[in-house]
Amino acid sequence: MAPALPDGDAAPDDGALPASVLAGAERRAFGVYLHVPFCTVRCGYCDFNTYTATELGGGASQSSYASTALAEIDLAGRVLAAAGLPARPVSTVFVGGGTPTVLPVDDLARLLGGVRDTWGLALDVEVTTEANPDSVTPESLAALAAAGFTRVSFGMQSAVPHVLATLDRTHDPRRIPDVVRWARDAGLAVSLDLIYGTPGESLDDWRASVETALATGVDHVSAYALVVEEGTRMAVQVRRGDLPPTDPDDQAAKYELADDLLAAAGLGWYEVSNWARTPADACRHNLAYWRGDDWWGIGPGAHSHVGGVRWWNVKQPRAYADRLARGVSPAAGRETVDGESAALERLMLGVRMAEGLPIADLPADARREVAGLVADGLVDGRAALARAAAGSSTPGGRIVLTRRGRLLADAVVRTLAA
Amino acid sequence: MSPIPSAAATSRIRPAATAPELLRNFCIIAHIDHGKSTLADRMLQLTGVVDARAMRAQYLDRMDIERERGITIKSQAVRMPWGVGDQAYALNMIDTPGHVDFTYEVSRSLAACEGAVLLVDAAQGIEAQTLANLYLALENDLQIIPVLNKIDLPAAQPEKYAEELAGLIGGDPADCLKVSGKTGEGVEALLDRIVELVPAPVGDADKPARAMIFDSVYDTYRGVVTYVRVVDGNLNPRERIAMMSTKATHELLEIGVISPEPVPTQGLGVGEVGYLITGVKDVRQSKVGDTVTNASKPAGEALGGYSDPKPMVFSGLYPIDGSDYPALRDALDKLKLNDAALNYEPETSVALGFGFRVGFLGLLHLEIVRERLEREFDLDLISTAPNVVYDVDLEDRTTVRVTNPSEFPGGKIGAVHEPIVKATILAPSEFIGAIMELCQGKRGDLQGMDYLSEDRVEMRYILPMAEIVFDFFDQLKSRTRGYASLDYEPIGEQTADLVKVDILLQGETVDAFSAIVHKDKAYAYGVMMATKLKDLIPRQQFEVPIQAAIGSRIIARETIRAIRKDVLAKCYGGDITRKRKLLEKQKEGKKRMKTIGRVDVPQEAFIAALSSDAAGSSGGKDAKDAKKK
Repeated sequence: MAPALPDGDAAPDDGALPASVLAGAERRAFGVYLHVPFCTVRCGYCDFNTYTATELGGGASQSSYASTALAEIDLAGRVLAAAGLPARPVSTVFVGGGTPTVLPVDDLARLLGGVRDTWGLALDVEVTTEANPDSVTPESLAALAAAGFTRVSFGMQSAVPHVLATLDRTHDPRRIPDVVRWARDAGLAVSLDLIYGTPGESLDDWRASVETALATGVDHVSAYALVVEEGTRMAVQVRRGDLPPTDPDDQAAKYELADDLLAAAGLGWYEVSNWARTPADACRHNLAYWRGDDWWGIGPGAHSHVGGVRWWNVKQPRAYADRLARGVSPAAGRETVDGESAALERLMLGVRMAEGLPIADLPADARREVAGLVADGLVDGRAALARAAAGSSTPGGRIVLTRRGRLLADAVVRTLAA
Repeated sequence: MSPIPSAAATSRIRPAATAPELLRNFCIIAHIDHGKSTLADRMLQLTGVVDARAMRAQYLDRMDIERERGITIKSQAVRMPWGVGDQAYALNMIDTPGHVDFTYEVSRSLAACEGAVLLVDAAQGIEAQTLANLYLALENDLQIIPVLNKIDLPAAQPEKYAEELAGLIGGDPADCLKVSGKTGEGVEALLDRIVELVPAPVGDADKPARAMIFDSVYDTYRGVVTYVRVVDGNLNPRERIAMMSTKATHELLEIGVISPEPVPTQGLGVGEVGYLITGVKDVRQSKVGDTVTNASKPAGEALGGYSDPKPMVFSGLYPIDGSDYPALRDALDKLKLNDAALNYEPETSVALGFGFRVGFLGLLHLEIVRERLEREFDLDLISTAPNVVYDVDLEDRTTVRVTNPSEFPGGKIGAVHEPIVKATILAPSEFIGAIMELCQGKRGDLQGMDYLSEDRVEMRYILPMAEIVFDFFDQLKSRTRGYASLDYEPIGEQTADLVKVDILLQGETVDAFSAIVHKDKAYAYGVMMATKLKDLIPRQQFEVPIQAAIGSRIIARETIRAIRKDVLAKCYGGDITRKRKLLEKQKEGKKRMKTIGRVDVPQEAFIAALSSDAAGSSGGKDAKDAKKK
């Protein structure tokens, strides 16, 4: 069960983009997301678009996947060129899943090679892959680095065995320090992904997980609150009463604890769920999502955005492969985001970042709400009042969320968007 | 001869040309679901007015709501021929509403008849409302014909209930007819019995016309259709008629009888029942109980018994979508054309916006109006908890009338007068204790108790009407496993120790939740509402105290804790569309919330808090329960 795709307009068979995508294109970075829809085990909480070998059956096998995805990369190159977009070397690549590391390193290298051959890679390109701590070795990590990968994000989730068991995660948490060291030895930047608020997880369990992550000396941490999504096995367990539901107050307490521990270790938040030691340690690919840059999502169920047009591919790997085999765009639907929707997107994405959102960009109605948000302790007062430069009278104020504001970010967005 | 008269015999019972001694005017008194409509259908069939093919189940109940609920709201009158021996008779069957809210309309229907069929379900026995209507019929000197229906049911106990009926109206249990409206068994005998026992109408054909209006219905195409029973004189086509209460005169555009569709006639004579159409558009111009006379030759004295309908129960009706306010106003204006008892005034609520304070005859009336507004006019409504009318004496010796609890005067006040009712409860005797306990808790005063049969009892109470409109009926039903039936009629007022309880959200009074309750019950009401609201109002960014207060004195308090987390942690692989759509939905939801002070309250919270199991009492329970039975 993967998340339902949004409702949208029909996407054309050739994937052609409208001329509207050209406006301001030279100011937008261009990235590529590569989806690997395979896992060895399906975790009970996961509603990502991924499949185990037994779920898939024939016709869309892991072994042929790289070739299929390369066909979409080829299509993407032609569509972007046909749209008249300027040639932009790729600034970030992110391979996610699923579990990308279930594919042989050679396949991952071929995919990255396809991206390089099609658009070229920027000199400072960031190339990340997600990885399961179980499925890497010093050799495989060195091979990834040799293929051009610069960064690895490990799905650590927790350091506590009973929490991992609830999440159906099979890796041994004791491997975490090792895999981080191997990756660093290979010259890769490292991030650890954590999940908080799992049913049965105590505050001390969570503290242990964050401290274990920090003890590796890692420079980047993502921490996501567990969401029990409809259609997952965990949702069934909760409905039956086999697991307690997640508690937003508990998750808030854990977020605050993590933020304290991470800050004390020298990692600052740069996005609601992401912390980095220095700005250079931030995940630039994720920032591109929040900033409204362009990216092409390759793979079944992948989402793309180019100049205000968002689209999403068909979910099923076999349907995806069939379409590409017929030379048809795998897009299932698309939408052109403009006007009020575009403003809402800028708002909801912009407030998530520590760099914030320029108040001057907000409509007058929203600007009037800022004082109230500062008074309620949701928006940082000093950031809101800042001048563009010392002694300048030009307002340079930005919406930057306080920690309380980060936990209530959606409420802030609704207030500003009302 | 066949019971359906021959053409020759029929010529003697032509409308406007029937001798009074060949007329029989009767009604059927029955409880909801005791089979009145089915029996009426069978009579229409047996007398040949409707053939089996054209038979629509429950022919006489025209409105959808009536059909669905199996109850009759508006009465109608059907003329049927019936032969006994060689003689043809014209039978007018006048359908009566079966519910306590419409007592006045019932009394006018009864006044149009000389006889009444007392129809009782042979498996259930008589119910309180039927008993009340029976009393009305006896007061009107109607000939009562006791009939047990549904004798085809396996659970029928005709002997037992025949005893009960004989005990109530006198006579021999053996005289009680046993019929099945469903199979038709015994219905011919009943028609014969009606001819035999119901007295023929008596009137003076030479006097100026006097006809009593017993119903008045608005029809989209014809305007108001007025149902009358002629007492003296006669009414003729194309003459001018006058309404004696208002002196208004109207041209008679059409006069006729219903059989069972309207058939124009050459007029209506003494004792006859039929309809008039004058082209007026509002039932208020043709009031039930009024006397119609000839404009050129008016009668000197009106028939007795006329009175204006008086609303007993009030409720605020508000559109959920504020922009529907004009539509609600138009809808009420339209309903008013067909409902002389409906009255309303614009009202503004801080919590609910623009709406109307609407007066009703009772809870069923409220529920029917509300349902018609929602169904026929496609409106989504919130209705505030129903309340009665209070008279409050002020220190300056003036009195204010309070129809909306939020207008209850603050500060020092003198006596508060509340309406009281005489309630009659019929139930199996095993529930006497439970009923007494309930009535005592509702400030009831036992007036008397009688056994109708060995195991059925009639209990009479004086109760504050406010307690009845609260949740009395629901509780009575649940404590007696559905066996008790209730009837009540207003009998005046009493002074009582009443207070207004306000509900405050973050210090702001929510007017829609204010209630006037007895001092001893104020605390319970306050706690119930505070608890209910705590669960219904979503957590806000700040702590929200919910208080119940009498004046400035806080009697109960709950707190909604501040929300700590309201953020979606992750956008799935760049699925920004999904998150934006979620926010757009939330934004729309926020727009539909009412803001009290700084607290956003969803409409659903108002609806749930005002619904029957909270603020007590929607009339809906009453009606629904009746339907379920």
